[in-house]
Amino acid sequence: MIIAVASGKGGTGKTTVTAALAANWKTPVAAVDLDVEEPNLHLFLHPSITGTEKGYIEIPEADERMCTSCGACAELCQFKAIALIGDTLLTFPEMCHGCGGCIAVCPTGALTESSRELGELCHGTSGDIAFHMGRLRIGEAMCPPLMKLVKNEVFSSYENDSRDVILDSPPGASCPAICAVADADCVVLVTEPTPFGFYDFKIAYEAFSVFNKPTGVVVNKAGIGDMQVYAFCEEHNIPIWAEIPYDRGIAEAYSMGSVITEAVPSLKPVFEELTRSIQESVHA
Amino acid sequence: MHEILVISGKGGAGKTSVTGAFAHLSDNAILCDLDVDAPDFHLLSQPEKYQTHEFWSGYEAHIRQDDCMQCGDCLERCRFDAIKEEDGLYTVDPIKCEGCKVCVALCPGDAIDFNLKKCGEWYRSHTRFGQLVHAQLYPGEENSGRLVALLKDEARKTAKEYGYEIMLADGAPGIGCPVISSLSGTDLAVFVTEPTPSGLHDLERVAALCDHFRVKGCVVINKYDLNTDMTEKIESFCEQKGYPVAGRVPHSNAVTAAMVERKTVTEYDSSMYTDFAGIWNNVLSQL
Repeated sequence: MIIAVASGKGGTGKTTVTAALAANWKTPVAAVDLDVEEPNLHLFLHPSITGTEKGYIEIPEADERMCTSCGACAELCQFKAIALIGDTLLTFPEMCHGCGGCIAVCPTGALTESSRELGELCHGTSGDIAFHMGRLRIGEAMCPPLMKLVKNEVFSSYENDSRDVILDSPPGASCPAICAVADADCVVLVTEPTPFGFYDFKIAYEAFSVFNKPTGVVVNKAGIGDMQVYAFCEEHNIPIWAEIPYDRGIAEAYSMGSVITEAVPSLKPVFEELTRSIQESVHA
Repeated sequence: MHEILVISGKGGAGKTSVTGAFAHLSDNAILCDLDVDAPDFHLLSQPEKYQTHEFWSGYEAHIRQDDCMQCGDCLERCRFDAIKEEDGLYTVDPIKCEGCKVCVALCPGDAIDFNLKKCGEWYRSHTRFGQLVHAQLYPGEENSGRLVALLKDEARKTAKEYGYEIMLADGAPGIGCPVISSLSGTDLAVFVTEPTPSGLHDLERVAALCDHFRVKGCVVINKYDLNTDMTEKIESFCEQKGYPVAGRVPHSNAVTAAMVERKTVTEYDSSMYTDFAGIWNNVLSQL
C-alpha cells in the first residue's frame, strides 16, 4: 500500500504526520521524503544513511563539427534549451526537460545523449523503518525528474515485498505535488483550521480529487483559527481521520527534532486510529 | 526602485504574515504575491480586482483517434509516460504530458494536435496597502516559473507608472523553479526562518541558492522563543555567513487571530507593530 501525505501548502505538518505515522506503523514500512526541494523528514526520523547516489537527467550534447545548422532541434524544443544563433548551436542544459526530441530529429547525429546532475538520492534505515529521500541540487529548477528517480528506487525495492510506503509529498497543488500523489493508493491531506490553511486545502482537494483516490483529512493545530475546514469537509463528505490539538508542547517537540508521539505520548492513540482509517479506506 | 522578496525555503515559516506586516508598514510599495501555486497574501490584504487576465502557457498533446494508425511510436518515444494504450487505443494523459512536442513532431500519421493550455489567471488589484499584482494557477498546472516572471514584469510596469519606490513580493516556498524565477532582479531577499531543525536546514539551502544567484539576503527569525538554543544556532549561522539578522518575532497567537480577522498582525497587535516597525527599518537599511 502506498500512502501520500500531502497538503496544499507548506508548514501545515505533513512531515510531522509522516514521521509519527511511520513510527507508529505496525507492519514493515518505508518512509519516503519526496519534498526534494526541502527534504525535512530525516531531521525527525534521524535515519542512518547507508547509500547515496547522484541522480541524472539525459540532456543533449552538441558536436559542432557534425551540425549543419538546419535548426530542426531548436524548432522542436519547447523549453528554449537549444538555440541556433547564426550558424552556432547553443544548448542551455539547465532548461532541458530531457524529452530527447532534439536528438531524435537531428538528421546528422550531431546531438548525442549527455547528462545533467539533478541532485542526490539517499536511503537508509531508522530502526525498523526503511528510509528514502531525494535532495535537489542547489540551482536545479525541476523537481519531478528527481522525484521520479526516488519513486522508481522505492517502488522497485518493495515490488515483491509487503512493505507499505508512506510518501511525504512536496507542498502545493502543482506539478511536484501531483507527481507525488499520482501513484498513491490513498491520500492523507494535512491542513490547519486557519484561513490560509483552508484556502490552500480547497485547492489541493480540487487538484487531487481528479484521481478519485480514498482521501481523508488530518487537522493539525486543531483549536486555533476557525471552522471553515470542518464545514467544507462535512459538505463534501470528506472524512476527518485525525485531529492533532494545538499545543505549544508539540511545537517545542518539533523544534527539537522529535517525533511528536514520542514527546507527547497522549497522541499515540490518534495515530493508531489514523492508521486504522487509512487501512480501512484502501481495503474498502 | 528596489525589489524586496520575502522567502523561506519552506512553507509555513511565516512568509505571508511577515510580508503582510511589511506591507502595512511601507508607504510606497507595489505589492506582489509570487506564490502562484498557493497564494495567501490576498487573505490578509482583501484585494479589489480591477483587472483579470487569463494565463495561457505551454501546450498539451492530443491524439485524434480517427487519424491514429496505432503504431505505438508515441508511446515508445514519450519519456514522461504520458501516452496510455488500452485495447489498441492510444491516448495522452494530460496530467503527465510535459508539452515537449516529441510525439507531435514525429507521429508518422500526423495524428497528434498540440494545443495551448489555459493554466490560470492573474490580476491587478487595489488593497488598503497600495496596489497588488497576484495570480492563481489552476490546480495541477505547471509553468509557475513563467507566471512568476510575468507577475514581476507587470509589477515593475505598474511601479514605473505610479512611481512606487519599492516592490515588496511574497515569495514561493522551496528552492525550485518558481523561487529561482522570483529571484531575478531582486535586490534583497528576506529569509523568514523558525528555530527548528527544518527551519535551519531550509535556511541554509535557500541562502545557498541566493548566494548562487548573487542575491543579497537578511534574516527574520519567527517564533524565536520556541527554542532559544536553536535561535542562537541560527544567529551564529547568520553571523558566520554574513547575513544580517533584521529581527526576531516572538511566538504569538496574535498571528493566527489576526489572520482569522483578515488583518496583518501589525494592525491587530500593538506590540507586534513595534517589533515589526524595527524589523522593517532594518530591512530598508540593507538596501
